[in-house]
Amino acid sequence: MDSLSLEVPAGEICVLVGPSGCGKTTAMRMVNRMIDITGGDILLDGSSVKERRPAELRREIGYAIQQIGLFPHLSVAGNIATVPHLLGWSKDRIAARVDELLELVSLDPDETRHRFPAQLSGGQRQRVGVARALATDPPLMLMDEPFGAIDPINRERLQNEFLRLQREIRKTIVFVTHDIDEAIKMGDRIAIMQRGGKLSQYAPPAELLMSPANDFVADFVGADRALKRLALQRVRDVDLWKAPLVRVGEPVAEARAKTADSEVHYPLLVDDSGRPLGWLSERGLQGERVVAELTSKSETVLELDDILRDALSDLLAEEAQYGPVVDEHGQVCGVLSIEILAHSLKTPPEQVPHGADAAA
Amino acid sequence: MILELAQVQIRDRTDTCESNNGFCPDWIADNFDRYVDPFFQHAYLTVAAVAIGFGISFSLALVAYRRRWLINPVTQVTGILYTVPSIAAFFLLLPITGRGDDTALIALVAYVLLIIFRNVLAGLDNVPEETKDAGRGMGLTDRQLLWRVEVPLALPEIMAGLRIATTTTVGLATLAFFAGAGGLGEQIFSDITFKSNVVVAGGLAVVLAAVLDGLILLVQRAITPWTRVVAAR
Repeated sequence: MDSLSLEVPAGEICVLVGPSGCGKTTAMRMVNRMIDITGGDILLDGSSVKERRPAELRREIGYAIQQIGLFPHLSVAGNIATVPHLLGWSKDRIAARVDELLELVSLDPDETRHRFPAQLSGGQRQRVGVARALATDPPLMLMDEPFGAIDPINRERLQNEFLRLQREIRKTIVFVTHDIDEAIKMGDRIAIMQRGGKLSQYAPPAELLMSPANDFVADFVGADRALKRLALQRVRDVDLWKAPLVRVGEPVAEARAKTADSEVHYPLLVDDSGRPLGWLSERGLQGERVVAELTSKSETVLELDDILRDALSDLLAEEAQYGPVVDEHGQVCGVLSIEILAHSLKTPPEQVPHGADAAA
Repeated sequence: MILELAQVQIRDRTDTCESNNGFCPDWIADNFDRYVDPFFQHAYLTVAAVAIGFGISFSLALVAYRRRWLINPVTQVTGILYTVPSIAAFFLLLPITGRGDDTALIALVAYVLLIIFRNVLAGLDNVPEETKDAGRGMGLTDRQLLWRVEVPLALPEIMAGLRIATTTTVGLATLAFFAGAGGLGEQIFSDITFKSNVVVAGGLAVVLAAVLDGLILLVQRAITPWTRVVAAR
């Protein structure tokens, strides 16, 4: 480990990512003095960790590791109560805190608190691990591959759950992983490390994907980094085209005028409450008034909360150039096209949201 | 003359069953009283030896757990004590400590040290690395980690060691009368040709071993509830 320097803003998730042996875990463990630094310094809120007694320092920093490390001989409540107990909290305060934390991580306190770790599923254990790390509400948390030992489906769910939790609790988190996709999903900022503890790039995920600092970073984030950027944004984050909305019975001249004004070639037929019915065909525009003659029955309907990558996938599956986008009430609010997606990939990174705000 | 007297104390030889050295339920019923004191003496020797032995070897194991270089010397010394035949130990100690409980206890304690030491150490060594790491990472000091995490998790092995030590000591304590400490052994050897006597005294030793073993097992179940839970649904 040699001259690693980075600053983690309060309330953000900083992901340390890199190949095995790059020193990411070592770097994380230096923060709570599980490994002592031989040179340089680590400042928390401006004060050096070197001036603190390790055990006391660690009680103020949440700690969650890959194998979770729950104490097998203690109940869930006993595990969560470890640090509060060390700090001499009263029994009532500890019991209340345990229940509060179990609810926070979506576990039923009455079901769970008296169980032993062996009686929990992998996902439940992981949640208890997070609850335990949060026990004393520490401002800083260290997490070393906390979702590492969990199957992919549950892993995805736990990641989403954790990001939702993080939006509430706003902890400063140092998060270690070897998985670049997890890093992109979880991180507000990502530090890509190379073997020997060398920092290659420290940047928000979008910037990392957009302009990798060197070949190592480009290689590590992968050849599909443009597609990964699409995973960082939602439909609501891009400028949509205006849809030429028409209703049955509307004068054809008006419908034609709207369509001529739009990038879209066909008017979009909607019902009385603005929900999309489909693209109107030429035959629907033959008379005085618009009649319901649609080009095709099945149409992709996208939602504002869809991730751009999924939206693109839907469009490609329908062999469509564009598709209507509806809001939470099902009303059309615009059109997303492949052209817009291509354009969004050229957007400068600072306009792209990331981390807890972007991911599901 | 003395031997004759002792035999007369045990039984009078007019009755047929007893004179044939057979198994005589009536005689056992009439003479059961004489086994009660030796039984409790035997129990006392066993429990005291295991308790003292546990105190010594548990402490040794805790020290050696942190200072690994001590493991080999401690294992060797307790290993030698383990191999010295108890009878030889009794007779070697007699000139120094004299006849009585002390001599018997010293030899019995010396015998259980290795068993308990090795089990405590194995139990501590088997505590999962990630559990210790999590404990340290949460701010437990070395001492807190030892007493709140490592020792509790080593309990199954520690208790297993205690059970072996106890059962073995019940057997060995039958030789304690050579050191003048009485016990069921004294009864067995008082008339080794008489089946009723040997069966009762020997049987009581087996019962004692079973009862003590059962008690330790009960304690173990009470203090290690996590080892019996049904695994995740």
